[in-house]
Amino acid sequence: MAANAFDRIRSIVLSVFLTVALTVPALAGAFEDGVAKFANDDFPDTEEAIGLVANSGNPLAFPIISALQDDRLSADPDTKKVYITRQDGKIIDAATGAPVDKLPDNAASVRLNNRLRRSVEAALGSLTLLSPDPAKRIAAARSVFKSHEESALPVVEGALAKETNKAAKDAFAEARAAILLNTSGISDADKLDAIATVKARGDQEALALLTDLSDQSPLVTKAAASAISSIQSRLAVWSAVQNAWYGLSLGSVLLLAAIGLAITFGVMGVINMAHGEMVMLGAYTTFVVQDVIRTNLPGLFDYSLFIAVPLAFLVAGAIGVLIERTIIRFLYGRPLETLLATWGISLVLQQAVRTAFGPTNREVGNPSWMSGAFELGQITITYNRLWILCFTLAVFAILLAMLRYTALGLEMRAVTQNRRMAASMGIATSRVDALTFGLGSGIAGIAGVALSQIDNVSPNLGQSYIIDSFMVVVFGGVGNLWGTLVGAFTLGIANKFLEPVAGAVLGKIAILVLIILFIQKRPRGLFALKGRAVEA
Amino acid sequence: MPTLFAHKIATLNRRRWLAAAAGLALGLAGLSNANAADDTIKIGILHSLSGTMAISETTLKDVMLMLIDEQNKKGGVLGKKLEAVVVDPASNWPLFAEKARELITKDKVAVVFGCWTSVSRKSVLPVFKELNSILFYPVQYEGEESERNVFYTGAAPNQQAIPAVDYLMKEEKVKRWVLEGTDYVYPRTTNKILEAYLKSKGVAPADIMINYTPFGFSDWQTEVSKIKTFGSAGKKTAVVSTINGDANVPFYKELGNQGIKATDIPVVAFSVGEEELAGIDTKPLVGHLAAWNYFESIKTPANEKFIKEWHAFTKNDKRTTNDPMEAHYIGFNMWVKAVEKVKSTDPDKVIDALPGIETPNLTGGIAKMLPNHHITKPVYIGEIKANGQFDVVWKTPGLVPGDAWSKELEGSKDLIGDWVGKKCGNFNVKTNKCLGSDS
Repeated sequence: MAANAFDRIRSIVLSVFLTVALTVPALAGAFEDGVAKFANDDFPDTEEAIGLVANSGNPLAFPIISALQDDRLSADPDTKKVYITRQDGKIIDAATGAPVDKLPDNAASVRLNNRLRRSVEAALGSLTLLSPDPAKRIAAARSVFKSHEESALPVVEGALAKETNKAAKDAFAEARAAILLNTSGISDADKLDAIATVKARGDQEALALLTDLSDQSPLVTKAAASAISSIQSRLAVWSAVQNAWYGLSLGSVLLLAAIGLAITFGVMGVINMAHGEMVMLGAYTTFVVQDVIRTNLPGLFDYSLFIAVPLAFLVAGAIGVLIERTIIRFLYGRPLETLLATWGISLVLQQAVRTAFGPTNREVGNPSWMSGAFELGQITITYNRLWILCFTLAVFAILLAMLRYTALGLEMRAVTQNRRMAASMGIATSRVDALTFGLGSGIAGIAGVALSQIDNVSPNLGQSYIIDSFMVVVFGGVGNLWGTLVGAFTLGIANKFLEPVAGAVLGKIAILVLIILFIQKRPRGLFALKGRAVEA
Repeated sequence: MPTLFAHKIATLNRRRWLAAAAGLALGLAGLSNANAADDTIKIGILHSLSGTMAISETTLKDVMLMLIDEQNKKGGVLGKKLEAVVVDPASNWPLFAEKARELITKDKVAVVFGCWTSVSRKSVLPVFKELNSILFYPVQYEGEESERNVFYTGAAPNQQAIPAVDYLMKEEKVKRWVLEGTDYVYPRTTNKILEAYLKSKGVAPADIMINYTPFGFSDWQTEVSKIKTFGSAGKKTAVVSTINGDANVPFYKELGNQGIKATDIPVVAFSVGEEELAGIDTKPLVGHLAAWNYFESIKTPANEKFIKEWHAFTKNDKRTTNDPMEAHYIGFNMWVKAVEKVKSTDPDKVIDALPGIETPNLTGGIAKMLPNHHITKPVYIGEIKANGQFDVVWKTPGLVPGDAWSKELEGSKDLIGDWVGKKCGNFNVKTNKCLGSDS
């Protein structure tokens, strides 16, 4: 497999070599000079080296530059020799390609800064334009679009002529347009065509390219201005769509954090200030699971969250039951004492975690299926947010079904509606109380697993969600799960449409004021529970 | 006074009397204890060990314990052992003042090392002034302050923010600026200084965007896409981040997820160090920058020794070191030198002795205490590497002396702090007047 991949890279490099060799006469010795410059550990020298190596047409150019990008290129400052550590772990001499047993002791990897990273990307772009993999060709074309180096034009045009893949062809055409627009001495007609191509692309980068144009003929300048305004109006529509998506995503996070509270506070009426800490315990469970997997079974890392979800439910749920049995059950019907006691519990739990895991953030990784993003039209949707939205809705549906269709759910509803009646019907109310509290806490723990993917896992994690959670439950209507759902999404979307206009700080204040006004009008929230619900 | 006392005693009932007597006895016992322990010098450590700031401050408590331990192994100071008195102000600003008072009056500490946030420093300031004690403050801050009782071993804005902006202007040719910060005094003042500085360098107001977010902000989607849009106006854009602590992790995660790479829009941060990166997968962040006066990755014999001692002291060879830790290292050594110079821990004598004291820092230079109670520091720009460490890509040619008062701001450009000649923290060089403590 590895050998196969290497062969393929070789063939790419050879084809690049052929094209480059035809266009740029390779200077004898330039390649060797370039490679030696990598060993100087000096940014200007490295920059020069990248240029020399990339334009040398030497078959080792591609391995060298890609090794440089991945931090696999090292140099010995004493002997001025440069080595490539290949992806399969084998080491070769960068200047000759000869295999080497091991790196010299004082070899250090060649350092890059941002400017050099841009040169490396541009160089790799022109080196991979002819890759057999269409995805790589597209990526290469995109990086040429960004760098619009005039020297890449012949290769781009050659590639464009024989390209068969539709997406890659578009990418090459856009790259060519970007180069033409930034080259002097091109006819206006060609430039207008180029502007049309860039306009069709219509994204932020196209906008950046067009805004950056200078020294053009009046005709071209005018066309560019009209293209800019058309792209801008299209992007404005997309930005509304984007805000709606961000709102949904924020709403799902709010819902996830609040859903456990909707049980403990909403259904049971317990003002549980330690709710946030249950979320935190869930997040720390995820950390422990990932830690164990990392050291013992690295292959299972992508499944770590599936393992963490039930465990977090059990851990947080068990602690919830423990708290209910030892403290909260003595305080039913005394909201002030409950508030203070649970506040105390939250501090105890925080400090316990701080003592056990240390005060600093713990790293919880994203599994590969939760990293990155995809483009939908002009908006970027990140996978972690998308999965959290799905996950939240799933948790919500399961919880709803549980309350409606299981015996425990029936007992819970009975006890919360009329405790004495339920007791006289033979329901063990205190057992149901404990299980309900455990369920609410367990769901908070599950929320912690998801939130560990977007927030930092520190002892303070819970505190940042407790206020928002109460806000959602109160706004949605105490005692009503659907109210929590609608409340969370309403707040999320309202917040995200306010944020771009008012800024994050004012946006949050505005939301709080709106909720206060709303509660004045409807003290029991969006969906007030009607009927004979007995207040404590 | 005695009559009043007698009257009070007379009015006390029996039980109270007993309690008071017991209290008095305890107090006396405490006093005699203090006398008995007179062969030690007490050092107060005022860092939050619980609450929000514990994430950053606990490490500083540990490093102080290590420094005191090392000093005791070398025989202490003035032939006396040092004794650390650790209190926990629990990230609660008024409690900082209470605990400071307790340290100075009850524990009779000779010096206090502590505080992280500016608001905690402002809260303890009156206590240190009233009781005339010494505070070493180790964190980079917004400047605009020079107090007789405080020694600032962290960076002033001209030792961090301004060199970082200079670097981006020169090396990355940045033309458009996003100043992104958490909404409190340090980012607001720093951004005011930076805005004035950028405008003085000819940056148009339309090319500067300033955003603030609340503490612990976690939903960065809108902010990050705003940065993306702002950055696509064709000019090279950079983000200057004064985002504090906890909010950084979700910010960087969102940057990574939305695919903003350092090669497109670099982010230079003033509050992100090795500790903060420990909680993030740094691979998508390679190339983003931080400006500090110290990085763990700087290779000098002093730094290697320090890291080794730190790992041995904490019994954990994964614990990172960071900039405020170096500040405490410098501050502690300066205090020891000053005390040995005047052969006394008397605050007045030590305060007068400290300016001019020089001690090596961990990066191969010499830190000098200046008359404005700030120190000289080198400024490094580091790029985040895949292993969570920083790679130094640039440093100032020499040491930069800390300015207590920013030269960029209208209200403070004529002010200097000089506790040696002028005995004044806010001396106006134009009017030749000391503004005094009321401004």
